[in-house]
Amino acid sequence: MRVNCTINGEKRQADDVWPGESLLYVLRERLGLPGSKNACEQGECGSCTVYLDGTPVCSCLVAAGQAEGRDVVTVEGLEFGRVQEAFLSAGAVQCGFCTPGLVVAVHDLLARNDKPSDPDIREALAGNLCRCTGYEKILDAVRLAAR
Amino acid sequence: MDFLRPSTWEEALAAKAAHPEAVPIAGGTDVMVELNFDRRRPPALIDLTRVAALGEWGTDGDELRVGAGVPYRRIIEELGDALPGLAMASRTVGSPQIRNRGTVGGNLGSASPAGDAHPPLLAAGAEIELASVRGTRRVPAKEFFVGPKRSVLAPDELIAAFRVRPTAGAEQFAKIGTRNAMVIAVCSFALVLDGAARRVGTGIGSAAPTPLRATAAEEFLAAELDWESRAPVPVAVAAEFARLVAAAATPIDDVRGTAAYRRHALSVLARRTLTWAWGGMR
Ligand SMILES: Cc1cc2nc3c(=O)[nH]c(=O)nc-3n(C[C@H](O)[C@H](O)[C@H](O)COP(=O)(O)OP(=O)(O)OC[C@H]3O[C@@H](n4cnc5c(N)ncnc54)[C@H](O)[C@@H]3O)c2cc1C
Ligand code: FES
Ligand code: FES
Repeated sequence: MRVNCTINGEKRQADDVWPGESLLYVLRERLGLPGSKNACEQGECGSCTVYLDGTPVCSCLVAAGQAEGRDVVTVEGLEFGRVQEAFLSAGAVQCGFCTPGLVVAVHDLLARNDKPSDPDIREALAGNLCRCTGYEKILDAVRLAAR
Repeated sequence: MDFLRPSTWEEALAAKAAHPEAVPIAGGTDVMVELNFDRRRPPALIDLTRVAALGEWGTDGDELRVGAGVPYRRIIEELGDALPGLAMASRTVGSPQIRNRGTVGGNLGSASPAGDAHPPLLAAGAEIELASVRGTRRVPAKEFFVGPKRSVLAPDELIAAFRVRPTAGAEQFAKIGTRNAMVIAVCSFALVLDGAARRVGTGIGSAAPTPLRATAAEEFLAAELDWESRAPVPVAVAAEFARLVAAAATPIDDVRGTAAYRRHALSVLARRTLTWAWGGMR
C-alpha cells in the first residue's frame, strides 16, 4: 500500500508498504531518514522516538498506515538548538545511539515545562534507554538546556 | 494483509462484522510488538485512530462515559480529578511515549491479568460498553475478563467506551514493580472508598488468571468502617482487610515474583492504600 504524510514539513510518499510495517521502518528503510534508531522494536528503548501530530511516540509501535495524512517530525527535522548543544557540552553523547530519541524526548519536555525538576526529568526520560552514559551526563544536559 | 481505515464508528463496526478475524489497532503498543516479533499475522488490521468518537469523553446523567480510544496521557490530564484511581494507574503505565499512545480500550482488548487500567475500573464498578452491528451491550468490568488475555468480547464486537460513576470519596492505586517506571506489575491493587454510598471497591492485578475484585474484603470493610465519625481504622480491621484481599488472589510463581511474595505484597498494598484513602477522607 501507499502511505502519504508530512515529514519534517515536507510531503512524502512511501510505496509498497506492507500493512503490518512500522512507521520506523518506513522512515529508515523507505524514506532514507536514519536518525530514528531501531534497537528493540518493542517500545522499551525510546531510540525511535518521533513526534506524531506533535506528540512524542515510539515510531516502532505506530503502524505505517496510521501515519497516513499525519504530521511526523523526526530528529532530523528539529532545528539545531539548545537541546543538542547541551548534549554536546555536557558530554551526554557517547556512542550516540540513544541520542536522537533523547533529543526528541527532551525537546518535548522543555516545550511543556521550561523549569523541570529532577523528578520531572526522570519521569520524562523513563522511556529512553542509554547503554553508555550512566544517565548522569544526560541529566546534566537537560538541566543545562533548561537554563 | 489488509489495512482497513474506517473513519466513523459505523464504518468500524461494519468492518469488524465483515472481517471478524481482523485485528483492531488503537495505540498499537500491544499489537505492534506482536507484529514486529512475528507473533501474530492477522489477515487484516482495522485502524481505530481515525474514529473521532472513540477519542471523546463526556457525562451521561451521573455517569462518565470515556471512549475506548482516549490515551492514558489524556486520562491523566483531563480526567485526573474525576477518576483519580484510574489516573494514578495510568501514570504507572510504560513511559511518556507509551502513555501518549496506549489506550484503556487497548488495555481491555488485550485483557492481560497485569493490565494497569483494570484494577481501578473493577474497584469503581465500571461497565464496559461493547458494540457491534447487532447492537450495544454493557458488561460490568467484573464480568468482562474470562481468563488470561481472554474477555467476553465477541469476534464481531468492538469496545466503544467504559462507563463509571465518579466516587464521592477517595481512590487509590498502588503497583509493585522492579523499578519505578516502565514495568509490568508484579502485582497491583486499587481501592475505592465511596463515602456517600458507603461502598468499598477493590481491584487486584497480576495475581490471578484475570484481574479481579476481592468481594469478601469489600463487604467486610464496608461494614467495619466508621463512615459516620470517620474514626481511624482499627489496626485489627486493617489487618483483616489485608488478609481478605490476599486470600482473594490466586497468584502463580513466575519470572516476576513468587506466589507467596505476591500474596504478601498484596496484603501490604491493601493496608497502605486503605490508610492513604481513609486518611484523605477524614
Ligand atoms: C514498553 C511498553 C510498556 C508497557 N507498560 C505497560 C504498563 O506499565 N501497564 C500496562 O497495563 N500495559 C503496559 N503496556 C501494554 C500496553 O501499552 C497497554 O496494554 C495499552 O493499554 C494498550 O493500548 P493500545 O491502544 O496501544 O492497544 P493496541 O495495541 O492498539 O491494542 C491492544 C489489543 O486491544 C485490541 N483493541 C484495541 N482497541 C480496541 C477496541 N476499541 N475494541 C476492541 N479491541 C480493541 C487490539 O485488537 C489488541 O488485541 C506496555 C507496552 C509497552 C510496549
Ligand atoms: S526501537 Fe522503538 S522503542 Fe526501541
Ligand atoms: S550514548 Fe550510547 S546508548 Fe546512549
